[in-house]
Amino acid sequence: MTAASLSASPRNLRLRANALWLAAPAIAFLIVFFLIPVGRLLFLSVQGDTGNLTAEHYSRLLHTEVYWRILIITFRIAGLTAFFSLLLGYPLAYWLSQLRENRRNQMLLLVLVPFWTSYLVKAFAWMLLLGNQGVLNRLLGGAGIIDGPLPLMYNEFGVIVGMVHAMMPLAVLTMMPVMSGIDTRLSQAAGTLGANGAHRFWMVYFPLSIPGMAAGGLLTFITSLGFFIVPAFLGGRQQTMLAQLIIIQVQELVNWAFAGVLATMLLVSALIACWIYNHLFGLASLSAGNSTTDKTSSAWTRRFGFAILEKLAWATSAVTNRFAGKSRGRLLPAYVALIVFFLVVPTLMVIPIAFTSSDFLEFPPPGYSTRWFSLYFNSPIWISATVRSFGVAFATAIAATVIGGFAALAIARSRSRFGGVVFAFMLAPMIVPRIVIAVGLFYLFAQMGLVATNLGLVIGHTVLSIPFTFVAIAAVLKGYDWRLDQAAASLGAGRFQVLRLITVPLIRGGVISAFLFAFVTSFDELTIAIFVSGGLKSTLPKQMWDDMILQLNPTLAAVSVVVLVIVTAILLVADRLRR
Amino acid sequence: MVNVDTTNVQPKLKISGLGKRYGEVVALEPTDLTVDAGEFVTLLGPSGSGKTTLLQMISGLTEPTTGTLHVDGRDETATPVHRRDMGLVFQHYALFPHMTVGENIAFPLKMRGTPASEVRERVRETLAKVQLEQYGDRFPRELSGGQQQRVALARCFVYRPQVVLMDEPLGALDKNLREHMQFEIKRLHREFGTTVIYVTHDQEEALVLSDRICLMNHARVEQIGTPREIYSRPKSIFSARFIGLSNLFVGKVSDAGDGRIVVANSNGSFEARQENCGPLVNGKAGLVLRPEQLRPGPAGAGENDITGTVTEIIYVGSDTRLVLTLQDGETLSVRHDPAATLPALGDSLTYHWPIDVAVVVS
Ligand SMILES: Nc1ncnc2c1ncn2[C@@H]1O[C@H](COP(=O)(O)OP(=O)(O)O)[C@@H](O)[C@H]1O
Ligand SMILES: [Mg+2]
Repeated sequence: MTAASLSASPRNLRLRANALWLAAPAIAFLIVFFLIPVGRLLFLSVQGDTGNLTAEHYSRLLHTEVYWRILIITFRIAGLTAFFSLLLGYPLAYWLSQLRENRRNQMLLLVLVPFWTSYLVKAFAWMLLLGNQGVLNRLLGGAGIIDGPLPLMYNEFGVIVGMVHAMMPLAVLTMMPVMSGIDTRLSQAAGTLGANGAHRFWMVYFPLSIPGMAAGGLLTFITSLGFFIVPAFLGGRQQTMLAQLIIIQVQELVNWAFAGVLATMLLVSALIACWIYNHLFGLASLSAGNSTTDKTSSAWTRRFGFAILEKLAWATSAVTNRFAGKSRGRLLPAYVALIVFFLVVPTLMVIPIAFTSSDFLEFPPPGYSTRWFSLYFNSPIWISATVRSFGVAFATAIAATVIGGFAALAIARSRSRFGGVVFAFMLAPMIVPRIVIAVGLFYLFAQMGLVATNLGLVIGHTVLSIPFTFVAIAAVLKGYDWRLDQAAASLGAGRFQVLRLITVPLIRGGVISAFLFAFVTSFDELTIAIFVSGGLKSTLPKQMWDDMILQLNPTLAAVSVVVLVIVTAILLVADRLRR
Repeated sequence: MVNVDTTNVQPKLKISGLGKRYGEVVALEPTDLTVDAGEFVTLLGPSGSGKTTLLQMISGLTEPTTGTLHVDGRDETATPVHRRDMGLVFQHYALFPHMTVGENIAFPLKMRGTPASEVRERVRETLAKVQLEQYGDRFPRELSGGQQQRVALARCFVYRPQVVLMDEPLGALDKNLREHMQFEIKRLHREFGTTVIYVTHDQEEALVLSDRICLMNHARVEQIGTPREIYSRPKSIFSARFIGLSNLFVGKVSDAGDGRIVVANSNGSFEARQENCGPLVNGKAGLVLRPEQLRPGPAGAGENDITGTVTEIIYVGSDTRLVLTLQDGETLSVRHDPAATLPALGDSLTYHWPIDVAVVVS
């Protein structure tokens, strides 16, 4: 490798192998608050009343048709969501990847802000848009295009629209780095070799972007599998998903065993998806962005794939040749504008409605006032929820940054063969559906007396945030030149001085953005909060959830605006610091 | 013969006033260049001098701001890149990582709708030409740098483009491999009879390969000529310095009559022929002397002479160079006559040269 590692002394070598110990706090934390609770929950599904092993709960699943239906619907919705998120997001990711780096970082905010916008706020916005008395039906009715209201909500259409809106940013953010990593000279080379635009895309660019699509598809699929917010508000009875069923089992029926069965189904599905992905592409490319497409695919499937791509290329050239040359160049920007509009504008609709003078959620508002904001600021319930969310988010951010940061340092410095295992373990909370972690933690906390405590919330949120802080800090450390540390040491700096004067200043941007991402993750978090907080100990998202289930009202719009402003401000700060 | 076949007279490439600017930045001033069929022309210059820009405009990857490009007399300025019958070899090869070596080489043929059986035949033939018969099913990353370079060449030559453009194709290889590949490129050029435009910043490479060199600096063409012309008759200080080792005496120029001029500075005054003198700017100029043009001998033995103290003796394998320090502290490089005994540091030596060899530039 580098000259530095060649010249490493034996003592140095031992130090580097031992660097893996820096990950010990993270490993211990995740074992206690992630591995054990999830394992316990899964075990409940095969445990009888007397503690004996039994399959009775599974046979109940097998013999109840409605559960099968829910399982199928869950897969169907997750599959459609992943499909449309990729299909609609691909051109946007492509467009972003073609921009120059500076401009790309600016434009990326158009995806990052929707990505970090609270799912609750997004669902709320879609309810305002899609309802029978919603913005769309009124606009269409007002223009005389339709007679009665269109059924846009409480059906599969509403769920898919809401889910794709929620998941597409994730798909774009996963695909984009792979795409911008594709060497532009390859397309140029194809051009000089006689390939027109269609051939350059289908035969060179597209196959090289497949690892990004696969990673994006995997992440959106498994996130959708365990999702409940959008189907709860935008779906009807027919669109009940597995996660909703788990909530019902735990909260209303207190049937832990059956909740365990459903959690197992969910987890196994996610793991199968990961296994397929790993088999085809290798999990490493999820974070690293460089992968080997053709590692396992046999010569035969490759040839078949190329034949299809070649046909697609000829077909595309036949079609595009009919268009005039000029309008072709404007197609992509026009499409991108449309998609960004879809991502950004629905959420922004909340703002005028928050300032309505009416008692109802009308659009456009009949008049403007700040009464809903003063209601919010004068409500002890909302304010205490907001303060609690801030406190919990702050504590979570510190805990997750420290724990995840040391784990990242361990991976970066260690050359132990266990590095890969630790790496996968740190990312595991991202792969296991949140609802499974939440229910598992609820069970554990009930025994430890941590339900309805701030500590419980912080622990749960830290579990969810560690993958983010770990990846963010690992990314800056990966690009960090350790020879600078050695240079400083050779110039006479002690260990602590090296850390204080060289390492930390150079990776500060990554650490601060990890902190802020953990903060936003916790500030927005609902799944764990649904179980672990409640009553007087509610967080802001939990309070919103309760209110939205009870009755939509303009206060919710005001709260949404507050959340939007806070999250956007934090993101802008994080973005500044990243450069 | 009265009827001259016009295709023989017409240059393969005719570049007229081709220029490029990016906003305020001038990447290439309007440039003229003609290249004959089968010729090997090198664009040589320091990095940032506009070589890539010129090459990319010829290939069609970059749109020129001004000027035209004619190929065989046809205006191709606006032809899109994939319809120009040109091959481009990239510095880092730009092999398609998801295709095997064979598929890479087949790609340009497929784009031209060549029948499958013929594709197979041509790929095999070309692989043999670059000695890579066994490697058709490998992926590019499974090959060494030199092998990848040969694949890039094969992919370019397989469809027999009329013009092949190469942008520092050997830049990533080590010295030995580079010399070997220079030989291969020359061979392919000869075998296919292709017109080649080659970019490099390495003057030795340019001297070895080229029929003609187009020397570039600061987004302009500095001088065009055969390697010999540029070496022995540089037109500017830049040309003299960039190619080969040269000694330069900068001084005041005056006319000595009889077709001779004199360049004078504190080391003495030296004569040169008027015809070896380029256009001068405000009376100042540099006299260019190549080390091998200087002969040792007593003062007055030749038409011009100069004396200095030996301050450095450099052994470079094939011969030995001496560095003399002159009166005013300037240095002079000379070649040590292998037959003579080696001087010691601090010895005072005199060298002389005939009036015909020196060139005066500004
Ligand atoms: N896309 C571009 N945008 C702005 N300036 C450019 C661009 N491409 C090249 N230049 C500038 O044009 C000049 C010539 O570049 P180039 O042709 O690449 O030089 P060379 O190949 O001789 O090193 C350089 O000063 C470079 O900075
Ligand atoms: Mg260049």
